[in-house]
Amino acid sequence: MSVGTIWVLAEATDGTVASITLEMLAKARELSDNVECVFGGDGALVATELGAHGASAVHATGDLAGKLPGPAIAGAIAAAISGGAAPVAILCGTTYGGRDVAGRLSVKLDASVITNIVDLTNDGGLVGTEPVFGGSQLVNTRFTSDKPGIFLVRPKSFEAAETGGGAATVAALAIPDLGPSGAARVTNSFVEQSEGPKLDEAAVVVSGGRGLGESEKFELIESLAAKLGAAPGASRAIVDAGWVPYSYQVGQTGKVVKPDVYIAAGISGATQHLVGMKGSKTIIAINKDSEAPIFGVADLGIIGDVHKVLPQLLEALNARG
Amino acid sequence: MKVAVCVKQIPDPADPGALDPSTNTLKRDVKLILDESDSYGVEMALQLVDAAGGGEVTLISMAPNNEVNGLRTALAMGADKAILVSDDALAGSDALGTSKVLAAAIARSEPDLVLAATESSDGYTGTVPEQIAELMGLPSVTFAKSIEVADGAVKVQRQTEEGYDDVECPLPCLVSVTAGVVEPRYPSFKGIMAAKSKPVDEVSIADLGIDAGSVGWAGGGQEIVSVIDAPVRDAGEIIEDEGEAYERIVAFLDELKVI
Ligand SMILES: Cc1cc2nc3c(=O)[nH]c(=O)nc-3n(C[C@H](O)[C@H](O)[C@H](O)COP(=O)(O)OP(=O)(O)OC[C@H]3O[C@@H](n4cnc5c(N)ncnc54)[C@H](O)[C@@H]3O)c2cc1C
Ligand SMILES: Nc1ncnc2c1ncn2[C@@H]1O[C@H](COP(=O)(O)O)[C@@H](O)[C@H]1O
Repeated sequence: MSVGTIWVLAEATDGTVASITLEMLAKARELSDNVECVFGGDGALVATELGAHGASAVHATGDLAGKLPGPAIAGAIAAAISGGAAPVAILCGTTYGGRDVAGRLSVKLDASVITNIVDLTNDGGLVGTEPVFGGSQLVNTRFTSDKPGIFLVRPKSFEAAETGGGAATVAALAIPDLGPSGAARVTNSFVEQSEGPKLDEAAVVVSGGRGLGESEKFELIESLAAKLGAAPGASRAIVDAGWVPYSYQVGQTGKVVKPDVYIAAGISGATQHLVGMKGSKTIIAINKDSEAPIFGVADLGIIGDVHKVLPQLLEALNARG
Repeated sequence: MKVAVCVKQIPDPADPGALDPSTNTLKRDVKLILDESDSYGVEMALQLVDAAGGGEVTLISMAPNNEVNGLRTALAMGADKAILVSDDALAGSDALGTSKVLAAAIARSEPDLVLAATESSDGYTGTVPEQIAELMGLPSVTFAKSIEVADGAVKVQRQTEEGYDDVECPLPCLVSVTAGVVEPRYPSFKGIMAAKSKPVDEVSIADLGIDAGSVGWAGGGQEIVSVIDAPVRDAGEIIEDEGEAYERIVAFLDELKVI
């Protein structure tokens, strides 16, 4: 049975809709026969792709003109709701923009947020599933009020699916006067380019951690990644240490990856790292400590020194051509 | 410049937590420590006040049982004073309830700038900073990887999916910081001694003018339906490297058709 209208916060870069948006649309379609999007940008740019993934309408604010999405989009949604719009739930991705929109909206509606969602079910009302303790347990939570339910959904929780639908109709969503809370302005955007496949889309990911010992040794990870057509990744320990940019980070505060093969070298497997890569189809771990928690999720675990195993592995792969 | 820093006091993450089966919330009966995520905000505040040529760093924390252990660590780093909200009525508060309490406590210190971490280590809802900003009617910049203050405004490099944005925002405002924004200092022996006599203002929710019905279990807008064990991955093959383990990896990658 349909739960009623669900709104999905749509995000896009240069007109390409974010994977997390398409993933949430697929889940929302399973739960509801009317799914609409809210978009902080020009609706015409995304209406076709959103429609093809099941959105019937997109409520778009038009260009945010440097405003941050949090106050602007939350303000617009709250105004639409007080004007009569009545979604039963609003799904936002656990992204930089999505978390801000959910936080601001929660105060505007005086409604709680259910966060870190990896599954949503209909049990006489929506129930969100959140992994705790590195994913060893799952907590199912529902709202107790009849206000729209705000859910923050983790990337890679659902499979995106096209429905073959036509373009979503575009409706204007007005941003009300935000007062001082809307005063922040983006003055410049920088893109940190990395070569090869994108970390969260790559079929193979090779990640390194503190066990590499020193920043220069990350080259081993990059060479192996290049050899396998993989994306290089990292644990937070070496991101914080400044060895690699933040965009390499896999885990709770980094990217969620679900490649066919994930290779973890010199990574202990802290719960915050595990939640970002546990969904990988196959996991290979190299660590000199047989007690390292990463071995608990590994399909192939090598108890050994990365400084020995990685160079030998590279040599063997190079020898194969 | 006056800076208020949110600091959460949490059970030691090295001591794996557990859910209290009667309430399905994290057990909080152990001694709490400063959430490492907040040590970055404390350090940033100290540096910004220094750069501004003076001011005051006030810590803001909500914690059970008048816990001050984590606050003392941050005071030892150099913060000037703390406001601690501890009240039995707060047990079970969700992120929104927590934010209402923190916003009211922060307002008492009349800051030019409010700092928080992007997410806490134990709760990691990641919504509290933005909820505080909205409750206080403040602009905000989340996910800061660097902060500068000049001419009554902050200039922030804000993390994005692709890289970062330069964001400008007038004071007063709230900024949430990522780990790595600055390197937190270790408290010196002198700092630790000095922290013992720094003022910690302990307030109740009545002092803040907050109605007990809007926070804690009573004010929470959600309920836990069930807690289940996640499916476990099948145990894998573990081998000790005797000099040939790389061959097993090559063979494995071959089986998987990666090479
Ligand atoms: C709020 C919060 C969010 C976080 N988010 C993330 C996140 O998104 N992603 C993330 O990764 N972490 C995250 N963390 C940090 C996490 O808790 C760990 O600190 C981090 O993952 C550890 O990184 P590491 O495995 O590289 O380092 P360590 O834990 O230090 O592990 C290094 C490993 O290398 C092994 N080793 C050492 N030398 C060798 C050698 N020569 N050969 C082979 N193995 C060797 C050691 O046995 C050890 O297991 C977060 C923490 C918090 C509090
Ligand atoms: N009880 C608390 N006391 C002080 N600060 C808090 C508290 N809860 C959350 N915060 C702040 O808000 C940030 C985000 O928390 P969360 O939304 O729980 O992930 C934390 O890192 C702290 O800076």
